[in-house]
Amino acid sequence: MDGETKQRHWARTRSLTFKVLAVWFIFSIIVPWNAKALMGISFLGFPLGYYFPVQGSLIIFVALIFYQNYQQDKIDDDAGV
Amino acid sequence: MEGKFTDNLGRIYGLYTGGFIGFIILMAIFEQMGMGAATIGILFVAFTIVIYACIGWLSRTMEVSAYYVAGREVPTVYNGMATAADWMSGASFVALAGGIYFGGYSYLAFIVGWTGGYVLVNSLMAPYLRKFGCYTVPDFIGTRYGGNAARLCAVIVLVVASFTYVTAQINASGTIAARALQIPFEVGVYIGLLGILLCSMLGGMRAVTWTQVAQYIVLIIAYLIPVIWMSNTQGFGIIPHFSYGDAVARIQELEPALQLGAAAVDKPPFGGVKILSVPHFDPQGGMQSWSFATLAICMMMGTASLPHILMRYFTTPSVRDARRSVAYSLFFIFLLYFTAPALATLTKLQLLDPTLATSIIGKSIAEVQALPWVQNWSAVKMLWLNDGNGDGILQLNEFFMRADIVVLATPEIAGLPYVISGLVAAGGMAAAMSTADGLLLAIANALSHDLYYKIIDPKAETKTRLVVARVLLVVIGGLGAYIASMKLTGILGAVAWAFDFAMSGLFFPLVLGIWWKRANKSGAIAGMVLGFLAGTWYLYQVYFNGMTPWMGIDHLRFGIIGASVSLVSMVVVSLLTEEPDAETQAMVDATRDPSGEEVLSATH
Repeated sequence: MDGETKQRHWARTRSLTFKVLAVWFIFSIIVPWNAKALMGISFLGFPLGYYFPVQGSLIIFVALIFYQNYQQDKIDDDAGV
Repeated sequence: MEGKFTDNLGRIYGLYTGGFIGFIILMAIFEQMGMGAATIGILFVAFTIVIYACIGWLSRTMEVSAYYVAGREVPTVYNGMATAADWMSGASFVALAGGIYFGGYSYLAFIVGWTGGYVLVNSLMAPYLRKFGCYTVPDFIGTRYGGNAARLCAVIVLVVASFTYVTAQINASGTIAARALQIPFEVGVYIGLLGILLCSMLGGMRAVTWTQVAQYIVLIIAYLIPVIWMSNTQGFGIIPHFSYGDAVARIQELEPALQLGAAAVDKPPFGGVKILSVPHFDPQGGMQSWSFATLAICMMMGTASLPHILMRYFTTPSVRDARRSVAYSLFFIFLLYFTAPALATLTKLQLLDPTLATSIIGKSIAEVQALPWVQNWSAVKMLWLNDGNGDGILQLNEFFMRADIVVLATPEIAGLPYVISGLVAAGGMAAAMSTADGLLLAIANALSHDLYYKIIDPKAETKTRLVVARVLLVVIGGLGAYIASMKLTGILGAVAWAFDFAMSGLFFPLVLGIWWKRANKSGAIAGMVLGFLAGTWYLYQVYFNGMTPWMGIDHLRFGIIGASVSLVSMVVVSLLTEEPDAETQAMVDATRDPSGEEVLSATH
């Protein structure tokens, strides 16, 4: 990679990483933090506040990593690496 | 079979899985023909250990790259399975569901933390460390920051964190071996260690990789079959994961009627057992939310700094493969972690709900005491019940049990054949052995590669290096088994500590080494030393010296203190001292660039 492509590649990688970490923070910290408020809502037969820490957040983490890799592959492809 | 071993993985492990299922069916037939429960247990554990040992023997090697990083030829899906086995310890397998059973909302922080951590691994660490081309985690620290002092600090943190963890694993493998093979615990610990060493000693990372894949297959089958079978026989749905919401609601409805939270009347004559006193799920917000968040953060940052996990991603062929294998790792881990809450919920409902045939609470004491599973587990001091108020009826606060029982006894509570209990024992053994293997190898590799080869004798020949690595493996394993045989630690306390130690000393030096070019040697050393010391001091004060925790940060969360000190000291010291030279900055650029040669040469 030449200097300019390299810089662009890193800038895009960094911005993707920050977005991923924002989603991660929401589902690992903010949602479980507010579990009490979510108890009244029912989802697939579960109280929503319970559903997230036992299943929902976990599914989102798995999907998030697959999505991140898909996007990062595109960033890498565009930079020709 | 034609071609290389790695070309035939699908067929080999397909055959292996088929063989294992065949073995389960064979045992089920033997059980029908009248074979005793004890013999089935012995056959399950012994058969699987022999298989792992064979894989270890077949993977023996005298090549440095095969020994340290499995020749960097592990395909993504298999590396995912190996990481999942490496990751899921005896504690995950045996204690997780029990923790959920007893702990309610607060305990779920472990579930979120031990899965969410992989987002950090994928975002911040794995692909970059793979590009770097190191053999061990201290190898990265030592090369990025330069100098033996930084390398040595990383080795020390790694050894403390991993050793804390490995003792618990050897302890778990000893417990299971003792129960399944019917030998004393002190002997079981060494039998477990022997199995662990047979998997790792001759082939290093290569052998550990291929046994861990085999161990994952056993442990996931052993975890899923009992839950799904139990759910089907008890009418909770074909796949319980999607339908246990009703069970949660039913438990919440029953809890007040059963006087949940009433204090125990009696004191059990032995330790480790407790009554259920925490609601299944009743978040209070406020301080409880804060406790949840701090514990989850510790487990997540710890995950991203534990060397035995990070080094698994050094074994893939490329940077992209490293990323992909993180995704598969989390998927394979997820399969167990989203099953554990279902298991805990359904087992609890079976014991509590008076409309179910399996229930015991509210039944007459004499009737419950006559149940075979109650007698079996009472005999090994994992269960205790006593009619404290003398009314002849078993109350919730008269039923004491150990958390481990939830996984181990569920097949018996639900009335499944004994072959399932044997399978569960083999699964627990696989989980404990695979994690112990990864940890022992991480310690021995850091000592042989970083301490012996890089610091003490850089001219050592390949053969000497690999002999030193193996001697260290045996010595450390022996030491771990010796400490485990003294029964100093409970399983879960020590496991959480390992995460806190790792995040206190390693998280920021690793992350900033990649993400902040300005980070330099003095900063990294300050971050490792001060972070690690602050965390350790805080643990000592809170756990041994009776200090009141600051803001609810107790001994399970001391990494919060350690990592904060580490971050601040690393940034301040880096900024006060000179910028890293141009060569180091170019090295950071090369680490971020997925193309081109590895930063460290292939044979370093």
